[in-house]
Amino acid sequence: MMASTVLEIKGLVRAFGGLVAVNALDMTVGSGEIVGLLGPNGSGKTTALNLVSGVLRPDSGAIHFAGHDIAGMATHRIARLGLGRTFQLVRVLDGMNCAENVRAGLAFHPARLARGEMDAAAIRLLERVGLKDADQRMATELTYIDRKRLELARALALKPRLLLLDEWLAGLNPSELLIGIALIRSLKEEGLSILLVEHVMDAIRSLCDRCVVMNSGRKIAEGTPDKVLSDPAVIEAYLGAPANA
Amino acid sequence: MSAMRLAAALAACAGLAVLALLPVYVDAYYLALAIGLLQFTVLATAWGLFSGPTRYVSLATTAFFGVGAYTVAVLGELLPWPLVLLIATAIGAVMAVVVGLSTLRLSGLHFVIFTFGLAELIRQLVIWFEVNKSRVLGRYVFVDITQKDIYWQLLALAVAVFVIGWLIERSRLGFALRIIGEDETVAKHCGINVTVAKVTLFTISAVFMTLVGAIMAPRWTYIEPSIVFNATISFEVVIMALLGGAHRLWGPALGAIPLTLLFEFLAARFPTASTLIMGVIFLLIVYALPAGVVGLWDNFRRQWRPRRVEQEAKA
Repeated sequence: MMASTVLEIKGLVRAFGGLVAVNALDMTVGSGEIVGLLGPNGSGKTTALNLVSGVLRPDSGAIHFAGHDIAGMATHRIARLGLGRTFQLVRVLDGMNCAENVRAGLAFHPARLARGEMDAAAIRLLERVGLKDADQRMATELTYIDRKRLELARALALKPRLLLLDEWLAGLNPSELLIGIALIRSLKEEGLSILLVEHVMDAIRSLCDRCVVMNSGRKIAEGTPDKVLSDPAVIEAYLGAPANA
Repeated sequence: MSAMRLAAALAACAGLAVLALLPVYVDAYYLALAIGLLQFTVLATAWGLFSGPTRYVSLATTAFFGVGAYTVAVLGELLPWPLVLLIATAIGAVMAVVVGLSTLRLSGLHFVIFTFGLAELIRQLVIWFEVNKSRVLGRYVFVDITQKDIYWQLLALAVAVFVIGWLIERSRLGFALRIIGEDETVAKHCGINVTVAKVTLFTISAVFMTLVGAIMAPRWTYIEPSIVFNATISFEVVIMALLGGAHRLWGPALGAIPLTLLFEFLAARFPTASTLIMGVIFLLIVYALPAGVVGLWDNFRRQWRPRRVEQEAKA
């Protein structure tokens, strides 16, 4: 494993009954890199993320993260190694205010903070994602994009070495999308490594250094966004085979 | 604010002193009633410690209660009283860890049914053991403990359950359980070992239930499985905690006190129909007060707070 690689997946397999959701997947995320994981619905992207974050155990294959073999490791241990994650359907803690939501990400980190430092860190993280002065607001009072921001702040609270974003930009309106893309780009500029599952093509083109495209559990293409998005196999996976073929 | 805290602390101390002196002044009937009130206050509060934040509804209360009572029935005459209580604590804790590790991976409804089955299983095991091995149906509890002693011990246990509950609420463990109650998947992704957190709190809660059973045992002089492993106890505790509101430390007590008095009244007035009436009350509580008395109070405060914030914004 190269020193500059944060995540390295080799020969990853996971089946549900007869359906092989992830089939012999190989991929890497380098340090400071944004890698896009693309593919039509049901191609195995979210399953791949669930295998990386420990929600699911792989049937076979290896996952190396930050110098540790994490295949089959419990989710909370992977999180403590520095894996932050947001979810396809946004998950915030509705019974708590924004500061508490972020403290959830801070409080169980191996490098413990004192109570006062934690409150200050929570407010800093909220400001970082564009939720200034929202610390005392309940999560339920937030708009959709602000809930996404809050979820991101909680993931950032883990001081992640790798951030998994599962369709974080989905459902945003055009102006929110620009804000969202700028926010993710600013995280990359801070040196964060990001693996993102995304369908929004503008976001993929402007953010990703590299893309991996999956279809029916297998990797069908890999390379720069422009290269993979013009790859005939990718177009066929998304749109179906041309009628005259 | 700190002046108010001081006043509250003083009021609590004064209230506690009055409660501690109560047995000296009241007759046997009211002492028995006070014991009942304390018993259910501790049971419901202990239940709420675990089930409040995690929202796992446990019907295992009577399993722990009964094991505590049986520990006393078996060992009460052989060993000094504090040692008996210590052993009951240990047995309750070990049982809770085993049950917790095997059940807390279950989802909500499966957990409810499992805990209900568990209480029945333990009751049947005790009956089988007593009939086939000890060759007795029930046991006499001969220990030198008066009703007043029982009262004072329960009062001490009530203080302990509130102090420990208060400490847990302000601890990382308490925060972890609130997050688990909100969303277990998120909790795991925040680095929380959810199994350890849940089993720890389930065990603390179960130890209190076991101790209530142990302390109450001398009150009956004769116990048998159907008395101490009585599923009604489990259901009553759930009703009380829900009426009060299980998401606050002092919520279950607000349900335990009026309902203990009500059940006492019903059992005396309508001995045959009391269970039926209890069931109707349970339904009414779930429909009318889903968040309990505490929920009413929170709603009241929430309606009042936005106006204050607006006023502050204008100022």
